[in-house]
Amino acid sequence: MAKIVGGINVTHVPYIGRAIANNLQQDEYWKPFFDGFPPIHDWLAKVKPDVAVVIYNDHGLNFFLDKMPTFSVGAAPEYQNADEGWGIPTLPPYKGDLDLSWHMIESLIEAEFDITTCQEMLVDHAFTLPLELLWPNQKQCPMRTVPVCVNTVQFPLPTAARCFNFGRAIGKAIESWESDARVVVIGTGGLSHQLDGQRAGFINKEFDLMFMEKLVNDPLWVTRYSVPDLVELTGTQGVELLNWLTMRGTLPGDVSLIHSNYHIPISNTAAGLMAMAAE
Amino acid sequence: MSTTRQKRVIPGTTIFDGDQARKGYALNKMCFSFNSADNRAEFLKDKEGYCAKFHLTPEQTEAVLSLNVLKMIAAGGNAYFLAKLGGIFGLDMQDIGAQQTGMTKEAFKAKLVEAGKN
Repeated sequence: MAKIVGGINVTHVPYIGRAIANNLQQDEYWKPFFDGFPPIHDWLAKVKPDVAVVIYNDHGLNFFLDKMPTFSVGAAPEYQNADEGWGIPTLPPYKGDLDLSWHMIESLIEAEFDITTCQEMLVDHAFTLPLELLWPNQKQCPMRTVPVCVNTVQFPLPTAARCFNFGRAIGKAIESWESDARVVVIGTGGLSHQLDGQRAGFINKEFDLMFMEKLVNDPLWVTRYSVPDLVELTGTQGVELLNWLTMRGTLPGDVSLIHSNYHIPISNTAAGLMAMAAE
Repeated sequence: MSTTRQKRVIPGTTIFDGDQARKGYALNKMCFSFNSADNRAEFLKDKEGYCAKFHLTPEQTEAVLSLNVLKMIAAGGNAYFLAKLGGIFGLDMQDIGAQQTGMTKEAFKAKLVEAGKN
């Protein structure tokens, strides 16, 4: 059976794409953010995953508001990035893993998560940039990938508890896959930020740090908050923490924290990063 | 028409719910078209004509032509889609944040840095 080696949560601000393209990693503004990654690169080199399941939200590249699935799973041989309209470089395609995609789809539907399957799927910065950050300086990302998209755009959004349980079902699916593959799960987005309205620029460091701390050993802590509570506490786009929680749900048993980093601001965002190993 | 459910009020914040989605559909659809460079160029050639092609309301058209983000949100615009419009004019998230909060860009950036202290 396949093994989940652990999970990583990381912010996905589009602006990071430009910093990578322009080699600004050691620039004063970017250094505190990029310096969070080497310990996680070391851990990845040690646990050697073959496949990355990436839990993220699309920002109007693959999904418009005409059809907005709450949860969707990619089932394509390859995933293309494309022009998102704001001038960040388009990245090379990502390899899929059709066997895992379809195993997950079957297993999730059996577990009563009626996801949307996508045999063609464009992947936006929320999928591509975390992979660029975790496997830098490669012509093409060395992982086979399965994109899992969570709606954090069109309210109502799935509840925190639903996302955690969705994550658990993904974890069970991966662990019941007849394969010797080693799988890492990545949750992207957050942490607190708000782009729109008179409250634009809202950041909540205290809440973010509590969320990160609780995510290791008490992940259900955040399920006490409704989605509107989370908007109030973390900003209209801070609710992307649901992707982090979904990732955490996939990890079986106890976990140990490998490394974390938290830096304010990257663009308008509190940039968080965490890697956890599955026991 | 709007939903009869009681809405949560969060100051300075618009939740992109069904009411917003209904109001803003044409505006958001126009912004979605800006994923294509050809469409961005077409918009720049004739902004008002491009808005008309997507059947924007007069309120939405006025908000787009004046690049007023708060008015676009009031007219149903979604932040992620509006960002594609902002990108055409080279506006980054600090420009957009400064405009919405009535601050200078420098003051807005300083506010973000301040949020990281303590």
